[in-house]
Amino acid sequence: MTRLWQAALLLFALVAIYLLPGTLKNYGVYIVTLWSVYVIAGMGLNLTVGYAGQISLGQAAFWGIGAYTTAIALKAGLPFFAALPLSAALCFGVGLLLGFPALRVQHHYLAFATLGFNVLVFLAFRNEDWLTGGTFGINNIPRPILFGWRLRAPLDFFHLTWIATVVMGALMALLLRSPWGRAFAALRDNPIRAESVGIDTTFYTLLAFAIGAAYAGVAGAFFAPLVGFIEPAPFAVTTSLSMLLMVIAGGSGRLFGPAIGAIVVVLLPEWLRFAAEWYLAIFGVLIVVMMVWLPGGLLSIPDRLRAARVLK
Amino acid sequence: MTALLNVRDMRKDYGAIRAVDGVSFSVDAGEILGVIGPNGSGKTTLFNAILGQVTPSAGAVTFEGQSVTGIKPLHLARLGIGRTFQTLQVFGQLSVRDNLIAAGQEFGGSTWRRLFAAPDAGLGARADDMIALFRIGHVAHLPAGSLSYGQQKLVDIAMAFMSRPRLVLLDEPCAGVNPALIDQLTDLLRQVNQQTGATFIVIEHNMDFVMNLCARVICMAQGRILAEGAPASVQANPAVLEAYLGS
Repeated sequence: MTRLWQAALLLFALVAIYLLPGTLKNYGVYIVTLWSVYVIAGMGLNLTVGYAGQISLGQAAFWGIGAYTTAIALKAGLPFFAALPLSAALCFGVGLLLGFPALRVQHHYLAFATLGFNVLVFLAFRNEDWLTGGTFGINNIPRPILFGWRLRAPLDFFHLTWIATVVMGALMALLLRSPWGRAFAALRDNPIRAESVGIDTTFYTLLAFAIGAAYAGVAGAFFAPLVGFIEPAPFAVTTSLSMLLMVIAGGSGRLFGPAIGAIVVVLLPEWLRFAAEWYLAIFGVLIVVMMVWLPGGLLSIPDRLRAARVLK
Repeated sequence: MTALLNVRDMRKDYGAIRAVDGVSFSVDAGEILGVIGPNGSGKTTLFNAILGQVTPSAGAVTFEGQSVTGIKPLHLARLGIGRTFQTLQVFGQLSVRDNLIAAGQEFGGSTWRRLFAAPDAGLGARADDMIALFRIGHVAHLPAGSLSYGQQKLVDIAMAFMSRPRLVLLDEPCAGVNPALIDQLTDLLRQVNQQTGATFIVIEHNMDFVMNLCARVICMAQGRILAEGAPASVQANPAVLEAYLGS
């Protein structure tokens, strides 16, 4: 497929996703918006895990920091478009602060360090009532105002979220195409070799971690006004695991992996609701099957087919 | 003439085992020095101690008169010291061309400017030149990890030259490479040495390769330098023969 066709297909998909929720009821629009929010958080985690090779089980903590920051800022009267960069910047900063000690370890040790961070942040959300409202959370979080128009309608808010997702995706694509993207991939593939060719692995690892956290912050900034009420539960370690599953199920280290993975994590359980109380059991079995047969994620299917054709 | 690299009384202990025991030598600019010795003689440990991969227990290393003892590989690379590894060390998922660009991209401009630089960091032409020089054009677009051992070895060596280093340490470049490729590699390294004036230190077991390429050879055994001199004289040295074959 030529680049022109690929671009046309991508443009068609982006416009179709923008328009399709117009045919859905409010709950359907909510779910698609939630999918879009997950895609942003997943893109960040994909940078950390898929491109820079650092395992993280703390993405939901950054997502929560972004959501609470935006909720508190909006309640304090700050406009959404000021709260959004504030959430991203705070998560970037916290990502750097966590990265300095945590990234001294690798692999499962890093997984547990980030998992511990997620638990710590979850406890802070639950116990620091003066700031977060504790288990009662923060309610009546207003929707953003765009050019004097409050985006109360679910579809309007979806459109804003989807545009933000596309912008964040474009920024990620530019980042990955830049020499920085190559440095991230180099340190993932072979950190010892990367050091020997002058790549500052500490700097790039920290950066990948912090940028990944900032993406979660942006996702959180959209999540808070989407649900209108936030409390600690959505930001627990289980959500971090879901986000990791999303990255792996879609195709770790592939630009569109999180978008496909978020379909698996957010939309698939909804589609399985016809199975009533069995729906989560079916979901679990499907995930096991997928991990066994497609460890490279759904986006590895074309590569698998191509390899099978060559072997014939 | 000031030596490009000076190693003085280098020692590396692993607990009670002394892997490198008081090794001293120097290399002049433009020279190709061979390091030979039986397995376990301390050659790779010596390389790793010079290159900051392991911290020396004692000794000093100077590069262009500047002390570089124990300096991290990252900073040594930026000073102009490149290396290849005994085992394959390429970026497996990146294409061959991207491997070469990755190996050179950190040597020009600031890190922040690289964020906004062209995707090839301005190194596309140099990468293509290296690809042509090492005759790996037919696999340039393939992931490096998918190549044969010998091809990956060539990529590995080509990467070491992307940053135009003044000194390159090659650790067993011929290991696992087929004989036809070894002749090609000898020609290539000689060509690069003549064209760029780069200095090489080569660890190798393949005696023909060492004899053809190196002007001077050091033979190590049990962590020490056993013999040093012209390749033919070292090869004929009875102590060297004994170290390799046993008494």
